[in-house]
Amino acid sequence: MKKTELPRWASGFVLPVLNLLSALLVAALVIHLLGESPIESLGILVNSAIVNPEGLSYTLFYASTFIFTGLAVSIAMQAGLFNIGAEGQMYVGGLGLTIAMLAFDAHLPAWLLILAGMIGAALFGALWAFLPGYLQARRGSHVVVTTIMFNFIAASLMNFIIVKYMIPEGEQNPASRVFADAAAMPLLNKWFPVLGDTPLNISFLLAIVALVIYGVMVWRSSWGYQLRATGLNPHAAHYAGVKISRTIIVTMLVSGALAGLAAVNSVMGSTHYLSLNFPAGAGFIGIAIALMGRQHPVGIFLSAVLFGALIQGGFDLSLEKPNIPQETFIFIQGLIILFCGAMENFYAPVVLKLINLKRKD
Amino acid sequence: MEDLHLASIVVSTIRNAPVLMFAAMAGLFAERSGVVDIGLEGKILASAFVSAAVAYTFQNPWYGIGAGIAVSVVLAMIQAFVSITQKGNQLVCGIAINIAMSGLTFVVAQFFFQQGGRTPDLGAARLTDVVLPGTAALDGIPVIGWLYGHVIGGQSVLVYLAFILVPIVHWVLYHSRFGLRLRACGENPHAADAAGVSVQRTRYIAMLVAGVLCSFSGAYLAVVQSGFFLRDMSAGAGYLALTALVFGNWRPLHTVMGCLMFGLFGAIQIQLEGVDLPVVGRIPGSLIQMIPYVVTVVVLAGLMAKSVAPKALGKPFVKSR
Repeated sequence: MKKTELPRWASGFVLPVLNLLSALLVAALVIHLLGESPIESLGILVNSAIVNPEGLSYTLFYASTFIFTGLAVSIAMQAGLFNIGAEGQMYVGGLGLTIAMLAFDAHLPAWLLILAGMIGAALFGALWAFLPGYLQARRGSHVVVTTIMFNFIAASLMNFIIVKYMIPEGEQNPASRVFADAAAMPLLNKWFPVLGDTPLNISFLLAIVALVIYGVMVWRSSWGYQLRATGLNPHAAHYAGVKISRTIIVTMLVSGALAGLAAVNSVMGSTHYLSLNFPAGAGFIGIAIALMGRQHPVGIFLSAVLFGALIQGGFDLSLEKPNIPQETFIFIQGLIILFCGAMENFYAPVVLKLINLKRKD
Repeated sequence: MEDLHLASIVVSTIRNAPVLMFAAMAGLFAERSGVVDIGLEGKILASAFVSAAVAYTFQNPWYGIGAGIAVSVVLAMIQAFVSITQKGNQLVCGIAINIAMSGLTFVVAQFFFQQGGRTPDLGAARLTDVVLPGTAALDGIPVIGWLYGHVIGGQSVLVYLAFILVPIVHWVLYHSRFGLRLRACGENPHAADAAGVSVQRTRYIAMLVAGVLCSFSGAYLAVVQSGFFLRDMSAGAGYLALTALVFGNWRPLHTVMGCLMFGLFGAIQIQLEGVDLPVVGRIPGSLIQMIPYVVTVVVLAGLMAKSVAPKALGKPFVKSR
């Protein structure tokens, strides 16, 4: 092996772990400055998010949403597109799902309703991603800025639609009516009573299926090959006969559909109605997950579970320690994006030196 | 239509624009040197919080503005280190800063003030408006009195700074040695390098300038416009500034026109709210809020202007061996 290259175990495992530890170290420093003990906080976090079975169930419930948004950002990244718009796509996906529910939940059986909800969510999510994809492919408008704009537009538009058309008569709360019971995703605690009264549902299994399909499609299909070729070197891909603009548009559609599907877990799995700002930052967490998991299915899964644990544990932590509000985890999310994404090769020279020292022996 | 007051639209356009102008000029320096600055939003937010918090604590707006400069420069230097020295992904770095600051400002505000991520009202520590001499004397004259007292005069020092900076930025960029080097680094860093210009150093200085300029945007938001800090109060101003940059083709004067245009939209938005218009009727506020973002997409789609970015934008410079 060349002395200037890192072995795969180092670049695929050691570097991400070092980066993650750096991010958590900075977070620990901030928690220390806020006058709380980082070790004690970590204890509360682990206890409430992983050790306690109900807590673990909530962790996996959040993770199910994050796997979808993480996949949405990851698949776009494979094609060299940085989709910041998963948040808006998920929000609009929730609208598609809700329209399907409001139209059919009195008529269809449960399994068809779930299917209808998923189709609605994926369709609307994909539609919301279409224009940024089209503008990137055909007009060269940078997808980063257009998707950010589409997040803002989605927020205002959904506010308008929910307040004007969705609130049932006589209600004040800005939310749609509650769906029929048949439209609820089957809960996993039916089979595993130890999970207690938690919203963990079959979305978790769907998320794992999605991870497998993603892995197969990206690395084992000709479409995935075109996708990765476009991401690595669009000029070479174009020369090899890949239709770049079509690949970009299709990738954004798939990315948006995946982000839309994230709404299924949040809306049909838990609240059973469409509410204002229900994505609550899940789309942005997807960016952190994609970067931390290096767009690999196993990495995405582990990162999604980590973020699920941070959200669930962070909630309990904020109750016990008022100085560490939930927003602390938005900050940690930013740190993880910084260390695992922008500074991903920060430790590479040091690790390379250490490995080369070993090689000489 | 008589509810639409032209005069108040003009005044509030002038008052809306500086937030975008400072940030857009910051972005101008960063991007003309070849560094993408998506992190404007995070820097605005951080300096808005710090300047409000410090101004309140010391009851002095100038201390607040100074502290805002410091924190914005620190963030710009982190960005510079990642983008220039580490050769990392500049977009990812900017987004990371935006997300991290959105969380951190809330946490720290909550820690110090316990008002749900808000700082207390600045009250007397707010930067006061300048009253030009002779305002009272001219007040009675219909148009001139208004023009002198409320458009040319009666603004905060930072508003004047924003408009004075425009010709200065233009001169620095196009008529100074530093500006020439800066543009060379953004267009063709290898040529600049061959001519003996240190691309890394030039880009670091550009980011330093960007940090200072961007801090005024946050300080203006908190210490002048609102008189407090509120969670996520920048509300996309950093992104709008970037768009003004795209709209203005990375040229100072055109970019400022873009900022004024967005300022005008903001002013019209406030005027339109709750007003019955002919034909369309009352437009809900949430739809009016969308206007700047929709216009941005239209601009980006190239339907209004053809934009040509600096050639080396976003590409880390690797000195050839």
